[in-house]
Amino acid sequence: MQKILLGNEAIAQGAIDAGLSGAYGYPGTPSTEIIEYITAQPETKSGKIKAHWSTNEKVAMEEALGMSYAGKRAMVTMKHVGLNVAADAFINMAISGINGGLVVVVADDPSQHSSQNEQDSRFYGKFAMLPILEPSNQQEAYDMMSYAFELSEKTKLPVLFRSVTRLSHSRANVKLKDQQEQNPLNLVEDTKRFALIPSFAKIQYRGLIEKQKELEKIAETSPWNIYKEGTDKSLGIIASGIAINYLLENFPNDVPYDVLKVSHYPLPKEQVRKMFDRVDKILVLEDGYPFIEEMISDYLGREQKVTGRLTGAIPRTGELNPNIVAYALGLEDKIDEEIPKIVAGRPPQLCPGCGHIDLYEELNDIIPEIGDNRVFSDIGCYSLGVLEPYDSIDTLIDMGASIPMAKGAADAGLLPAIAVIGDSTFTHSGMTGLLSAVWDNSPITVIISDNSAVAMTGAQPSAAMGRLYDIAKGLGVPEEHIKIIIPLKKYHDKNIDIIKKELDYQGVSLIIAQRPCVTMSNDKKELARQFNTFEPSY
Amino acid sequence: MFKVDTSTSSVTKVENYQITKRMKKDIIISGVGGQGILTISAVLDTAALESGFNVKQSEVHGMSQRGGAVQSHVRISDQPVYSDLIPKGKADIILSVEPMELLRYLPYLHPDGYLVTDINPFKNITNYPDENALKTQIEQFPNHRIIDARTLAKRAGNFRAANIVMIGAVADLLPFDDDLLKKVIANLFQRKGDRIVQMNLDAYELGKSAILVS
Repeated sequence: MQKILLGNEAIAQGAIDAGLSGAYGYPGTPSTEIIEYITAQPETKSGKIKAHWSTNEKVAMEEALGMSYAGKRAMVTMKHVGLNVAADAFINMAISGINGGLVVVVADDPSQHSSQNEQDSRFYGKFAMLPILEPSNQQEAYDMMSYAFELSEKTKLPVLFRSVTRLSHSRANVKLKDQQEQNPLNLVEDTKRFALIPSFAKIQYRGLIEKQKELEKIAETSPWNIYKEGTDKSLGIIASGIAINYLLENFPNDVPYDVLKVSHYPLPKEQVRKMFDRVDKILVLEDGYPFIEEMISDYLGREQKVTGRLTGAIPRTGELNPNIVAYALGLEDKIDEEIPKIVAGRPPQLCPGCGHIDLYEELNDIIPEIGDNRVFSDIGCYSLGVLEPYDSIDTLIDMGASIPMAKGAADAGLLPAIAVIGDSTFTHSGMTGLLSAVWDNSPITVIISDNSAVAMTGAQPSAAMGRLYDIAKGLGVPEEHIKIIIPLKKYHDKNIDIIKKELDYQGVSLIIAQRPCVTMSNDKKELARQFNTFEPSY
Repeated sequence: MFKVDTSTSSVTKVENYQITKRMKKDIIISGVGGQGILTISAVLDTAALESGFNVKQSEVHGMSQRGGAVQSHVRISDQPVYSDLIPKGKADIILSVEPMELLRYLPYLHPDGYLVTDINPFKNITNYPDENALKTQIEQFPNHRIIDARTLAKRAGNFRAANIVMIGAVADLLPFDDDLLKKVIANLFQRKGDRIVQMNLDAYELGKSAILVS
C-alpha cells in the first residue's frame, strides 16, 4: 500500500510497523508531528501503543529507557536543542546500553527556521559513540526505522535517528509494509549494567569502546551506505542524508563522478579511503555542520583535497538546496535569490486576540517607570514579544533561562528584574530555577504567561494546566505573593497595579497571567477553564 | 544508479534509463499562514497519488505559520522526484492566495511558467506595498492569471473557500482529470457534510470559469 506521508509521519509509521510499544517526546519544531501522528493512531487509542508528551526531553528519554529496560521497543523524539536537555540521559544510556530496541529521533533545523541555532546532532551521536542513521527521503525514513530497532537490539545500544527540517516537513508517497508484533515484556538479566556506580560503569564504558570496531564494521556493509563509481575521476562526492537528493536533482540521469551516499555512521572508513584513492578532489555535501568534512579534511590544510562548507565551496551556514549544490558543482554561477523590491518582509506575529499581547501592553506601560532592559524571557509564542510592535522582552536563550537569568541579574543589583515564561516552558525547565530563587529569597517577579497549551508547536496539551498555583506554592513562593490575573483589556489597569505591587516586593513573587490560547478549539478552551479553578486576584 | 539488492529495502533506487518524455509539474503554493495553502497542497498530493505519480511536497510548520509568509513546494512526476525543494527558475506554476506573496517566489519561476494569484491582499503588516503597483508587476509576465478568488468564494458560499477557487484557476495546467480533482476535493471535505462539499465543488467550478476571463 502507498500513502502520502510527511517525513515525520513516515518515521512514526515506520516505528509503529516495527513493533513499537512506546513513544515519548516533547513538542518542538521540526519534530512535533511524530508523536502527534502516533497519538492519533487506532493502536494508540486502544492502548496497544503508549504515546506521551513528557514534561521535557530528558524525562522523555528516561521514560523511553524504562520501556526499553522492560524489553519493549521504545522511541523518543525531540528537536535538536531538546537533545541538549536530554544529553545526560543520552550519553549515559550509551554506557548502560539498552534492552528492548531504543531509537532516539532528533530533528535538526538547518537554516534555523524555528530555532536558536543549527547544531548538528550527529556530533552528539559521535560523542556518545552510538550508531547514527540519517535517512535521505521519506521512504528511507520509513524503511530505516525497523532497521534501527534491529540494529539497536543487535548492538544493545540506543540508535540516534537524525532528521532535518526539510525531510521532517516534506511529504511523499511511501510504500508500507506489514506491522510487526511488539516485543513481550522481557526483563534484563544483567541489571548491573544499568547501575552505573564507577566500578560497574568502568566495565560498561570499556565495553562501549570495544564495541566501536563492530559498529564500524556494520556501517561499512550497511545497505544505507552506497558507493557508486563514476567515469570522471576529477571529483568524488560524499553526500549524507538528504544531500544526495540535491545531487541527483542536478544529475537525474547519471552522476559522472564517484558518489558515496552516507546514511549510517560511524563513517564507513574503507569506502572513504576508496574515494581518496580513486579521485583527485572530494566534495562533501551535508545538511548541517561540516561533520564528515571535518573528519576527513587534512587538519593543517596542506593538501586541499576535501572541499565543502569549511572551504567555502558550500556556504558555512544554512540548509542545502539544489542551487547551492549546483553552484558547488560549477553548474551555476550564483546562488543568491533576487526577490522583487516591492515585496515586503512578513515575519510571524502573535495571533489577533492572543493573551500575550495584553500582557505585553501592560508591561509596556510599566517599563518606562522601572527602566528598560530587565525583562528576561523564554521560548514560546511569547518570544515574538522581542519584536516590534511590542519590544517588551529582552532575552531568550534556552528553555527555562528566564528565571535564573532574572535571579542572577537581581544578584548583580539590577532591580526590579522580571522573568516572563510560558506555562509549558515553566514545567519543562522553569521549576528548578524558581526553587533556586526561592531558596535564596531573590527579589524577582516571575510572570507565567499561561495559555494552557504548548501553543507554538500547535497547542499540544500542557502538563502545567491547572497546576501552576500549587507548584508555585509548593516550591515555596509565599501565597500572598502568588497572583492570578486575566490578560484582557478590561483588566489592564488592575493588572498593572498587581504587577507593580509585586515588583516592589523584595522576594520571589509570581504572577500567573491566565487565558487559554486563542487558536485552541472551544472544547480545549473549556477543558482549560475547568482545570484552572483558582480565582483571579481582583 | 543507487541500486541496492536487499529486497526489503527501498534505498534511493534509480535505474539507468533514457528519458524520452517526462511528466513533471513543479508548483509553488504561497500565501500567509492560515490561508489554507496546505489544503491546496493536500488536494494536489492526493490527486498525484491517485494518478500513480511520484510526489514530494515540502511545507512550513511551526512559528512561521503565525501570520507569516508560508510556501509549499509541490513536485509531481512520473519519474523519481529527488529534491524536496524546487530549484530556482524551474517552477511551472506559482499559485498564490495573496498577490505580494506571489512575487516573493518569483526567483523560482521558469521562463515559461505561470503566475496565478488571488488579487485580494492580506494586510497584516504596516508597510504593505501599493496594490496597483503589485498588479502592474504581475501583469508584466506573459503567463499570468489574476483571480478575484475571494468574491468567487463568497459566491460559492464562504470566502474561506478562496483556496479551492484557486485550484480551479489552475486546473487546466495540472496533469489530472477534472473528475479526479472533484473527487479528491469532495473526499477531503466529506466529514464536514454534504453542504460544505457542494460549496467547495462550486468554488472549484467558479475558479475554472475564471480562467477564461483572467
